Amino acid sequence: MTTRIVVDPVTRIEGHLRIEAIVDGTKISDAVSSGTTFRGIEKIVENRDPRDVWAFVQRICGVCTHIHAIASVRAVEDALDYPIPKNANYIRNIMTLTQFTQDHVIHFYHLHGFDWIDVLSALKADPKATSSLAMSISSWPNSSEGYFRDVQNKVKNIVQSGQLGIFANAYWGHPAYRLPPEANLMGVAHYLEALSWQKEIAKVHTVFGGKNPHPNYLVGGHASSINLDDVHVLNMERLNLVKTKIDEAQTFVNQVLIPDILAIASFYKKDLWGGGIGNFLAYGGVPLVDIHEPDSYLFPRGIVLNRDLSKVYDLDLKDPSHIQEFVSHSWYQYEDKDAGLHPWQGRTDPAYDGPKPPYHNLDESKKYSWIKTPRWQGHAMEVGPLARFVVAYAKGNKEIKEMVDSSLQKLDLPLNALFSTLGRTLARALEAKFCVDQLAGFYADLIANIKAGDTQTFNPEKWEPSRWPAEAQGVGWAEAPRGALAHWIKIRGGKVEGYQAVVPTTWNASPRDATGQKGPYEASLLDTPVAATDQPLELLRTIHSFDPCIACAAHLITPQGKLLC
Amino acid sequence: MKKGSYYDWARQKGISRRDFLRFCAMTAAMLGLDATAVPRIVEALENKSRPPVIYLNLQECTCCGESFIRSAHPLFSDLIFNMISLDYMETLQAAAGTQAESVRLKTMQEHYGEYILVVEGSATLAEGGIYCTIGGMTANELLKECADGAAAVIAYGSCATNACVQGAHPNPTQAVPIRRIVKNKPVIDVPGCPPIAEVITGTIVHYLTFGKIPELTSLGRPKAFYSKRVHDGCTRRAFFDAGQFVERFDDEGARKGWCLYKVGCKGPVAYNACAVTEWNDGVSFPVKSGHPCMACSENNWYDSSTPFYAHLAEIPNEAIGGNPDHIGLAALGVAGLGVVAHGGITAAAGGRGKKNHPAGSTDAKQRRQVTKKTNDKED
Repeated sequence: MTTRIVVDPVTRIEGHLRIEAIVDGTKISDAVSSGTTFRGIEKIVENRDPRDVWAFVQRICGVCTHIHAIASVRAVEDALDYPIPKNANYIRNIMTLTQFTQDHVIHFYHLHGFDWIDVLSALKADPKATSSLAMSISSWPNSSEGYFRDVQNKVKNIVQSGQLGIFANAYWGHPAYRLPPEANLMGVAHYLEALSWQKEIAKVHTVFGGKNPHPNYLVGGHASSINLDDVHVLNMERLNLVKTKIDEAQTFVNQVLIPDILAIASFYKKDLWGGGIGNFLAYGGVPLVDIHEPDSYLFPRGIVLNRDLSKVYDLDLKDPSHIQEFVSHSWYQYEDKDAGLHPWQGRTDPAYDGPKPPYHNLDESKKYSWIKTPRWQGHAMEVGPLARFVVAYAKGNKEIKEMVDSSLQKLDLPLNALFSTLGRTLARALEAKFCVDQLAGFYADLIANIKAGDTQTFNPEKWEPSRWPAEAQGVGWAEAPRGALAHWIKIRGGKVEGYQAVVPTTWNASPRDATGQKGPYEASLLDTPVAATDQPLELLRTIHSFDPCIACAAHLITPQGKLLC
Repeated sequence: MKKGSYYDWARQKGISRRDFLRFCAMTAAMLGLDATAVPRIVEALENKSRPPVIYLNLQECTCCGESFIRSAHPLFSDLIFNMISLDYMETLQAAAGTQAESVRLKTMQEHYGEYILVVEGSATLAEGGIYCTIGGMTANELLKECADGAAAVIAYGSCATNACVQGAHPNPTQAVPIRRIVKNKPVIDVPGCPPIAEVITGTIVHYLTFGKIPELTSLGRPKAFYSKRVHDGCTRRAFFDAGQFVERFDDEGARKGWCLYKVGCKGPVAYNACAVTEWNDGVSFPVKSGHPCMACSENNWYDSSTPFYAHLAEIPNEAIGGNPDHIGLAALGVAGLGVVAHGGITAAAGGRGKKNHPAGSTDAKQRRQVTKKTNDKED
């Protein structure tokens, strides 16, 4: 017997996502992923000053708040062949790795955690046993019996008050939860600690960019100047604040996140569903000195197809045959309805023909999402921490290979366990550790460069539009916490002529293409077990493992498109 | 003592019964009530449940929600677990789909007229509202439904207060501020992209503590945060007054922290608490970190503040020239307060500019004259 279940809103994500799934007996046999919001930002930046654009497109997402701005300033710099000073690259890298670390921790505890941790079960825990468990896996100091008893009492008070707030009406007690009460109590305690910690690491952005979310950036470098002999700018006091926050972050990730993920994963080792499409893409990023030197990237670039780690394909963001977007099942119109267009040629004419709200179901044989369908040489691709790790592993990156191998060894799992919902979550946590360790390295590089006498943060050479060519086009790429991100720009007469962004969640949440090939969300839900159709916890777990970010994914791409109103 | 009441929370925090009673007496005094009101306040705080909050995310980027969770005072976890009951917030709540929607409906029914409605994001009018749907409903319908039974409606961030980036020209989705949809309730505007964390939590806590919405400016924003300009409290203000300006990024002036007016700072027309409260627990704010203020809390800021790196045509509201004592007294309109008045107003004196408006005025008409484009959307 088949049942069609609808999850809308999918909560604990950014933006508005709707999943419809066909459950055949106890497993999902088909799935439909739909982005249900749309804002039109690419249209809005047309005819504006390219130096302003980062501040518009940064607001594509307030979670990936840093990385869209970076992709944008890089797109302009690429178009203008505009080099930036070494220090600006170091500062951008420090801010990037800060965002990765913060984002991955928030994602694990606050957006994904309740898929693995049963809050109500924590009430049954023996705080003494929780204390023993915590001490056996980590030297983190908050681990006494009394501490865990206080946390338990806090949860008890909330439950007894009858006002459960954010805990209300969830799937507590669902059979897919596998942690013992003691581990659940530890998870709840760390949920609360991570909530306090995340606001601390954000201060690194505030020092360099003035605020978080939405810190400030600059085409041609970075706006905050370095002067060790002045109280108003980046001096030793400011740099020490950055260092302190990096140190704290390293301690938190190493002593809380990593022990937690390994402990929790050890209880879910048998749940190895949700692997999905098996094709992985990474643009690569975090360059040692210059974005145009891919060999120096911290995150290597490449493509892995069909889980085959023996071969890594190259990709070219400027080659029109590599990346194309399709709209066969998206609420837009192309002249040739099933053709794919490279972003520099792309267009989007919104044409909603879905059901009239309020509606109950979408029809996947027609158009059903505001998200487009990007493909690399015709292949659907997964992006994100797992994709980065798979590409790096296949390329033989020593550090990442060692992290993956040793973690899997601890869990007594084979390498192909990575291709699962659990593997995706494990890769994200390991990446947080990778980033926070590298963060300390880039801070050291920045200090060494200043010590060597270089304090320049901005290159004035091409700031004035009078020094620009009449026409130019560029692409800015980066790895965002959620995966490969790129912005394409066309500049004419000092103004934006066309602007387009293809973002990580567009890759992952895309609807099917003209050939019926599913995107990663839809493909990964196939064969997912569903113990209770009215409580699709397993479905949420797989979707959350991608860390959906829908405001990023659903937008307007129309260099030559017509006005919508 | 009821579980989850203010008193319960206070006890957990280690506050004694004696201090709690003293707090109640002080609250009564601050509210202008006599001693007979104290027992009623005590009873209310002992027994009152945490007020429920429904937080909607409409057409937005979640930067307000991200800012919200960064609050340092109060800590976000204290707010949601001890002071309010955050019953619906898509970004954080554990329940999903129909279970999430049923929590929202339950709160609306059981606490009709009592819950606080917080909205992040704009509504969208084009094509019948199809550009943002949640649970199969349009954002507009959801917003109207939730606003009906709300005790207070708070619009967080520039999307909810002025449609922000998606409302910029040509506004393809006809994004509108929520006050265009919510007609039957006053809406408290808390603009900013995003608002400072403590401004977000501060607005809620004011309502909880004093039982009424904070006093608002003529544009409907809490006076406590939006009645003075970034320019008025700026850490680089002394350089403005001394005529020391950054001419281009990373020049000698930039490396000495001089004023960013000439590279596009909009601090003189931005009414916000950034320079005083600062961001992320007082670490910095954009101007302090070397980038011009973009006036993200002003209506239609994406059209009125751009190009971001071009400087303002004029500096409004400069009380300049002449004897500082005279300026102070004239601005206050009161004679005989010399010392106090002087202390409050002298920051504006310094010999620049020609205008003689009172410093820190929030008169809406005056402000509209100085921003390049006015907000034609506000009713």
